[in-house]
Amino acid sequence: MAGLRFDLRDAPDGAAALRAEVRGFLAEHAENFTPEIRARSWMGFDRDFTRAVGAKGWIGMCWPREFGGAERSFLERNIVLEEMLAAGAPVGAHWIGDRQSGPLILRLGTEDQKRHFLPRIASGEYAFCIGLSEPDSGSDLASLRTKAEKVDGGWKLNGRKIWTTFGHLCDWMIALVRTSPAPEGGARHIGLSQVLVDLRAPGVSIRPIRDLVGEKGFNEITFDDVMLPEDALVGQEGAGWAQATSELAFERSGPDRYLSSHPLLEAAMTTLQQDGAAAPALGRQVARLWALRNMSVAVAGMLEDGQDPVRQAALVKDLGNDFEQALPNVVRDLIATEDMPEDMRRMHAYLTQIVPTFSLRGGTREIMRGIIARELGLR
Amino acid sequence: MASEIATELAEQADRALTDAADVAVLRSLEAGAWPATTWDAMAALGLNGALVSEDAGGVGLGFSDVAPLLEVLGRHAAPVPLAESIFGNALLAAASITPPEGALSFGSRNGAIPWGRHAGHVALLDGARIALYPAAALAWEGGGNIGHEARDRARIIGAPIAEAVLPNSWGAEAGLLCTALMRSAQIAGAMQAALALAVDHANTRKQFGRPIGRFQAVQQQLAVFAAETSAASVAAAAAARAVDRRGLAAAAFEIGCAKITVGEAATRGAGIAHQVFAAMGITEEHQLHHFTRRLWSWREEGGSEAFWAKRIGQEAQALSGALWPFITAREEEIIP
Repeated sequence: MAGLRFDLRDAPDGAAALRAEVRGFLAEHAENFTPEIRARSWMGFDRDFTRAVGAKGWIGMCWPREFGGAERSFLERNIVLEEMLAAGAPVGAHWIGDRQSGPLILRLGTEDQKRHFLPRIASGEYAFCIGLSEPDSGSDLASLRTKAEKVDGGWKLNGRKIWTTFGHLCDWMIALVRTSPAPEGGARHIGLSQVLVDLRAPGVSIRPIRDLVGEKGFNEITFDDVMLPEDALVGQEGAGWAQATSELAFERSGPDRYLSSHPLLEAAMTTLQQDGAAAPALGRQVARLWALRNMSVAVAGMLEDGQDPVRQAALVKDLGNDFEQALPNVVRDLIATEDMPEDMRRMHAYLTQIVPTFSLRGGTREIMRGIIARELGLR
Repeated sequence: MASEIATELAEQADRALTDAADVAVLRSLEAGAWPATTWDAMAALGLNGALVSEDAGGVGLGFSDVAPLLEVLGRHAAPVPLAESIFGNALLAAASITPPEGALSFGSRNGAIPWGRHAGHVALLDGARIALYPAAALAWEGGGNIGHEARDRARIIGAPIAEAVLPNSWGAEAGLLCTALMRSAQIAGAMQAALALAVDHANTRKQFGRPIGRFQAVQQQLAVFAAETSAASVAAAAAARAVDRRGLAAAAFEIGCAKITVGEAATRGAGIAHQVFAAMGITEEHQLHHFTRRLWSWREEGGSEAFWAKRIGQEAQALSGALWPFITAREEEIIP
């Protein structure tokens, strides 16, 4: 069960100063953060804000300077992420590029790919999305059918991706697609590759899907004979499954897995400041937040050390999702929605409707628990 | 992170307890026996002074170093007051009282003293006042928690060996905070033991022609148990680190958060363990209950979840909406 072990990690040198700098920056922008924006957390999309974050050097901040990075540590980056989420800043336009697409290109991309994409992600110019799920492939991702065929001068892409967050607002997608048939009777994850797709290329059609809040957050993206250049391939042909799963520790352990409802908790703390009867329930939330933060920082430390804590990440995501998902209901037990101040009521209304997504995105609760069960030797 | 010496000590204790505190010993304890050989094996490790400085004749470890050892004690449901001796000696040393030889316990003057009637010496606390009594100066009204661990009330019938006042950095709640920290780490350890038993059972017990652990419904529950076990261990370690950094009294927030976390984890974990073992786990013969009954007991000792939740909640309310800055600053501010 070594994969379930966590070693505490101390704050890096200069943590308090960096945190203060981020808070100062956020204070300058805070007047733009409406209750709806704060409630959206990393699902808030604001190109201007993202460019301002990029100008501070806080996108791709662990990457080499020659590619637009700031060569800071993973633990320092974690501080920036925590502060952005705690404040409810609209980080959606760079969240995926910073968290996944950029690190993938840095690790496996060609020199040209690194020179082209990384500085543009870091400046906030390019917004990335992830193309994994398909209409018939959700948790069983290896059953995906979108196909890139080798043709003269590159690849021809056909198929369909769905639930792509901000697909209609992004510039690029890294899609997991089939580039060769699965071997007869062999594992289906053989023959998958990751490709860069320019979402403005001919043959790409994007249909936003209205969500239950009434907003266009995610999309169905259809590829109809889309021509990709040869260098659209990221990493090794056929190794897409291993490449995509190796990102998972980065994707699943961050503060975005327990802080999605945080602005509501802060609002509850303020509103219920004088309510003695609310103290025990609030105290339990504080304790859980504190414990989760220690676990999440421990995983950031393992990533900093170059480990691959994919199981610990699944575990933190599962516990964190439970916490952030339960919060709106905990809060409405303490104060009736009609008695909430207007701002808080609006955050609460949004979160009540959207928290079911927390244990879906980035891998469902059932998948997370399956990963833990495997580590326990049960499967 | 625990130092190398701490890991080594925890491993030594683990080996000693594997021999000296097996299920037979735990069963004899249920009948009221004092496991003298277990205590002798623990005493031989020379860890009673683990938290006492080397200048004062101790081992000079920090609280973070001791946390893995406490987990080991929980993992074996160790039926002896080693944790109490380690923390009791630390309290005495903090008040400049020379720690005694042998088994020591401590607790509130008016409360139940863990293993009181079996201890050679007892440190009784009244706020920040601490007094060391030999066994001969105390008369006991025996009691126990639902884990059948001795929890006895003392009547003072003789004179203390020494009396003193704890420094402010330890404070008037030192007994409560030490107990909460001890039990937090022990809960993490007992959860590890119960989880290992439950996983082993799920992999061997067959129903419908296959091990029950092959069923996703069982896997998902055990995954939750494992997650809560990790959370408990991290919480206990983080509280211990806070004591090393800030001193005991100033780490009350972290200790309280840890005790809430481990208490909630214990409830969830013990429930899942019994669900996996079904009727077998309820029998006296099975060893599971040695751990689950302790988990339920230890939730109460050093302040229950409800006790700490109210306090932590009030402390958070008083921050006037600055919860996040408070939590982050505690880890990062420079402490002189």
